[in-house]
Amino acid sequence: MSETAEAPGPVTIVETPIHLDYKFTPGVAQSRFLRALERGEITGQRCPKCQKVYVPPRGACSMCGVATDEEVKLSGKGTITTFCVTQIPSPGLVPPYVTAWIRLDGSDITSMFLIQECDPAEVRLGMRVEAVWVEESELVPDLGNIKYFRPIDEPDAEYETYKDYV
Amino acid sequence: MTEEVLVADHTIEYTYTRSTGPMIGAFLTGLRDGKIVGCRGADGRVIVPAVDYDPVTSEDLSETVEVADEGVVTTWSWNDRPLLGQPLDHPFAWALVKLDGADTSLLAAVDVDDPSKISTGSRVKARWAEERVGSITDIAAFEVV
Repeated sequence: MSETAEAPGPVTIVETPIHLDYKFTPGVAQSRFLRALERGEITGQRCPKCQKVYVPPRGACSMCGVATDEEVKLSGKGTITTFCVTQIPSPGLVPPYVTAWIRLDGSDITSMFLIQECDPAEVRLGMRVEAVWVEESELVPDLGNIKYFRPIDEPDAEYETYKDYV
Repeated sequence: MTEEVLVADHTIEYTYTRSTGPMIGAFLTGLRDGKIVGCRGADGRVIVPAVDYDPVTSEDLSETVEVADEGVVTTWSWNDRPLLGQPLDHPFAWALVKLDGADTSLLAAVDVDDPSKISTGSRVKARWAEERVGSITDIAAFEVV
C-alpha cells in the first residue's frame, strides 16, 4: 500500500464478509458416530439388505432405502483410492499437501482426509494408511479428532480391492 | 432406550473482496472523508448513494454531487430485536432518509430508544463512526435532530 494517512487514494476495493451462525443436528446415526470418535473409535453402520457398511452412517442405506442399525467398529486403517496434491496455500496448510479419498478397511464408501508424514511424491493409489489421532485428552465428538492419515509399512492393496472406488 | 441426539453451534463465514466501480467508489471515498456523495441522473435528479448507471435510461453516470448529512425520514419501521451484523445492538428504527439536496432516499438505522421518538417527517442527522474506513458503516447511525 502506497497510501498515506494524509492523502489516501480513492476507495476502489471493499471487503464484504458474509457470516451465518446456525445449529447443526447430526441425527441419531451420526450422533453415535461422533460419540464413537469421542472414544477414539471409528464406527459405521451395515445395511441389513446389501451388507454395505457406511462411514459416517446416515441411518439409512441410500441404495436399498432401508434403515441401518447394526454398528460396525473399524480399525482406522485404509487404502488410498484417489488423491490430489495441492500447490496453493489453504488456511492452516502449507503446500504442497495431499488430500486423499480413503476406503477404510471394512467400509464400502470412501472418505476424504489429509495425508501427512509422507513425501507427496510417494503418495499412490493402493497405498496403505492409518489414522493419526489427537491426544486422548483432546478427544471431542468431532471428525477433527483424526488429524490426518499416514503411510504404514504394508504392501500396497491389490487394485481389484479398490477398483470400484477410483 | 432413547439416545440423546447431538447439537452443535456452527458458523459459516466468507469474506468477499469486491471492486466498487467508479461511482460507488466515490460514495465510499466520500464516507471515509465524512461526506455523503450522490450523483446526477440523466433527468437531473440527485441519486444517493451514487450509482454507476442511470436507473431509468441505463446510461453511464459520472457527475458526483455532495449532499448534506442531514435530512427527513420518509418512511420507517421499528426493529425490536436486532440481529448480529445490523448497525446497532439495541432496538432501533430502519428508515428511508431523504438527505437535503438528494431526490432519493437512503436506507439507514435511526438510533432512537423508543418508536414514539420517530415519525415520518422527523429531521435526522448522521452520527459518524469514530474511525472512518470507506464503508457504509462509517455512518454509525442517524439521530433525530
